[in-house]
Amino acid sequence: MKHSFGLLSQYAIGVLFGWGLIISGMSNPQKILGFLDLAGNWDPSLAFVMIGAVLVGLAGFYVVSKKSQAFFGGALHIPTRRDITKPLLIGSLIFGAGWGIAGFCPGPALVALGAGHLKAFVFVAAMLAGMEICERFFVGHRSKPSL
Amino acid sequence: MEIDWLSFTPIPSLLGGMILGVAAALYVLLHGRILGISGIISGLLHPKLTDSAWRLSLVLGLVSAPFLAALFFGLIPVVEIDSSWLAIVIAGLLVGFGAQYGSGCTSGHGICGLSRLSPRSLVATLAFMCSGFVMVFVIRHLMGG
Repeated sequence: MKHSFGLLSQYAIGVLFGWGLIISGMSNPQKILGFLDLAGNWDPSLAFVMIGAVLVGLAGFYVVSKKSQAFFGGALHIPTRRDITKPLLIGSLIFGAGWGIAGFCPGPALVALGAGHLKAFVFVAAMLAGMEICERFFVGHRSKPSL
Repeated sequence: MEIDWLSFTPIPSLLGGMILGVAAALYVLLHGRILGISGIISGLLHPKLTDSAWRLSLVLGLVSAPFLAALFFGLIPVVEIDSSWLAIVIAGLLVGFGAQYGSGCTSGHGICGLSRLSPRSLVATLAFMCSGFVMVFVIRHLMGG
């Protein structure tokens, strides 16, 4: 029973996150590119999204830091690594380059896919391929990456 | 730099951002995990019996969000995709590869990582912001996009 509620909760949080992306405008690649275009007509909206998200997130993660278990049971899976590594830096730079080309990152791409955009579907397929290439040829030897 | 006042949406963006924060906070409180979309999707590539169901539930939630937004609020998401098919494929490959190699994306490093004051996520966020700025500058201003 608790398992089913857990899955329902996962689904509901996915919907909520999707709504957050839609309301904030971040499901639109043009708004992302408008933010990244510092030299053009700059749209600061993404900075406001981050401020809103992190203000609430700070409170949430503070509350969690006092807990040892998740509501639906089990231990907390919160990364503990603090080392700045080459893969972290290089991977993030590559991620940003792709982000700057089309204005899509994983969450908004899934929302746009759900809104019926074929290009978002192709983006998601290519993204999965990119993940698989990385996993198979670059980090396959290491255990599950942590943030 | 000139501010694009016509496109700028401070209130909806702040509000939407807070909703993203609520989702990330609920996720860690209820499920004990970081709401990092790239990590949740990539776990589906090599599915394990124990965790495919919850990963899929979350992804289905994201995908059905626009339909439910239209149903409940009459809100149709604006999605303008100007990139060519080739650009979409290259961007997807880079985003997927980079998120996997760098252990996270805009949600895991950006929202959750900054919220828990992770030094790794701060570095990652600065890195992808910088290369995003550079890429858009090259495409729009050097190549005349």
